[in-house]
Amino acid sequence: MRDTGQRRPRSFYFLLALFVVYMAFLYGPMLCVFILSFQGPTGGMSFPMVGVSLHWFEVLFGGAGGQGVGDMHNSFVRSMRMAAIVAALTMMIAVSAGMAYRRKFPGSDFVFYASIASIVMPGIFVGFGIALAFNLLGLEVQWFSSGIGAQLTWSLPFGLLIMFIILGRFNPSYEEAATDLGATSWQRFREVILPIILPGVIGIFMAGFTSSYEESARTSLNVGTGNTMPMEITGLLTSATSPVLFAVGTVTTLFSFALVIATLLITIGIAKRRQMRLSAH
Amino acid sequence: MKHDNKVETETLSTLAQTGSVTRKPSDIELVALTKRYGPAVAVDDISLRIPENSYCCLLGPSGCGKTTTLRMIAGHEAITEGDILIRDRNVTNAPALKRGTSMMFQSYALFPHLNALDNVAFSLKLQGIDKTERHAQAMKYLELVQMEGLAERLPGQLSGGQQQRVALARSLITRPKVLLLDEPLSALDPFLRVIMRSELKRIQTELGITFVHVTHSQEEALALSDVMVVMNGGKIMQAGSARDVFEKPANAFVARFIGGHNVIRFGGRDVAVRADKCRIAHGSDGRHLIAEVKGVEYQGPVVRINLQAGDSQPLAVVLPDSVYFATPLSIGDKVTVSWSPEDEWALAG
Repeated sequence: MRDTGQRRPRSFYFLLALFVVYMAFLYGPMLCVFILSFQGPTGGMSFPMVGVSLHWFEVLFGGAGGQGVGDMHNSFVRSMRMAAIVAALTMMIAVSAGMAYRRKFPGSDFVFYASIASIVMPGIFVGFGIALAFNLLGLEVQWFSSGIGAQLTWSLPFGLLIMFIILGRFNPSYEEAATDLGATSWQRFREVILPIILPGVIGIFMAGFTSSYEESARTSLNVGTGNTMPMEITGLLTSATSPVLFAVGTVTTLFSFALVIATLLITIGIAKRRQMRLSAH
Repeated sequence: MKHDNKVETETLSTLAQTGSVTRKPSDIELVALTKRYGPAVAVDDISLRIPENSYCCLLGPSGCGKTTTLRMIAGHEAITEGDILIRDRNVTNAPALKRGTSMMFQSYALFPHLNALDNVAFSLKLQGIDKTERHAQAMKYLELVQMEGLAERLPGQLSGGQQQRVALARSLITRPKVLLLDEPLSALDPFLRVIMRSELKRIQTELGITFVHVTHSQEEALALSDVMVVMNGGKIMQAGSARDVFEKPANAFVARFIGGHNVIRFGGRDVAVRADKCRIAHGSDGRHLIAEVKGVEYQGPVVRINLQAGDSQPLAVVLPDSVYFATPLSIGDKVTVSWSPEDEWALAG
């Protein structure tokens, strides 16, 4: 006699409805923006669609001078530049800090709590504090100094926490075996620890990159002249009245997806390369 | 394949014979070695001399301090008090890499990102030896452990026994004076264990270096040891050859732990009688006890009978299968267990 299966309890349908509503709220707006970015040239900021065209994408990439598009290209370059530097710095500093935290050192508790405080505090306050400090010291806020510094206050604690997780799971026998075979501390790090934690380190780089790219509260007060992308978009939102903004939304979403996919491909690539050494023989 | 140190020790033996060196040379000497973790004492003032080129097993229950002792010899654990000498050189404060020891970990600790060949060649790479040279040397050691066909595999692609052989080759390539093994056979299934332990013995004899092998299996220790060290509670209960420890246990703990013995309270004192020397029959000299059969275990060539005597004393009698099946017993039977006086061994304390 075949089991006809249990009937689903009523709570299942209730929760399913809740889930559908949740997804609608989450992705609905994105979907609207995406569709509306293909608005026809004479269309307005909302439905109904007046034709379908790539007109607004043309306006977007057409550069400065038309209908409040703003300085897209330059802010994008600025954001990328900062993100790359912040990501590299975060990776180097977080990895070193993570390694340091394997032993108790004087001030380790203070530094740890300070980093937690840094991400818990509203970014606006941290940004304001940094800008104020620079002012008091008579220094000018610039993207290179205070800008990068402000973004590091956001990305470094995350990098540190990720390192804790990675090193917490790391088997100490590998290091003891390396020492036993004659490795110095540096050799131990370069030949054993780093290759094994490499996927995590790349993760920290990407985490630093994306958190820098989207950070605006701390950055806005400390970046000096010239906007980053988030700042530029925020500015446009308050002033623009054309669907070019939707085109911006679509493009930036696609870009973020591209970043995520890139990280995935890199991590898979490393795993594949190690597998290939097996199958090649 | 012999090491240079075999020549060293032969010279030492010759010297000993001619009387120039009056003390028998030892590979390892522990002097009043103690390890404390705060108030807890893991290793309590132990002293031991392990002769050269010998297979030494540290045997004991979990928590007896055998692994801590091993790690102190290796240099992976700091010493609280006492000294360790390796080949008459005090290495108490020397770092792990300067001691001439090499350790094989219980989990093998093979580097997961390197294949077997690179794992074995690792220590040579650290010394800056170039690729062709170090790969050639690593291959020789893989041949020693019969793993040359699987040199390109990653550790994740190897079985437990194969990983262990690679770990062994990796430790041996550093030409240590002493190889330290931390429960190397515990992770293997029983069949593989028997095969691997004869491999270990073969390699130890061939290379002529000292192995110190930590285990909690008395069968393993009996099979492998030249020197057996039984530990409990951080102290050495008995150290000697395998036969000495089995036939003449120093105290009740050793007799029970080594297995195959009954510890009987008889005539006001504790004696140890081997289970296979006991008989189910009346004995002369009054050396017998009435006991009730609690269980019968068939073990192939022998049958083990578990009994309980008065005062809830547990007894075990091991009979050859033919003897048992001539007169089989049932649970609840009351029988006489006897032994002869020459099979009785008086226990201290």
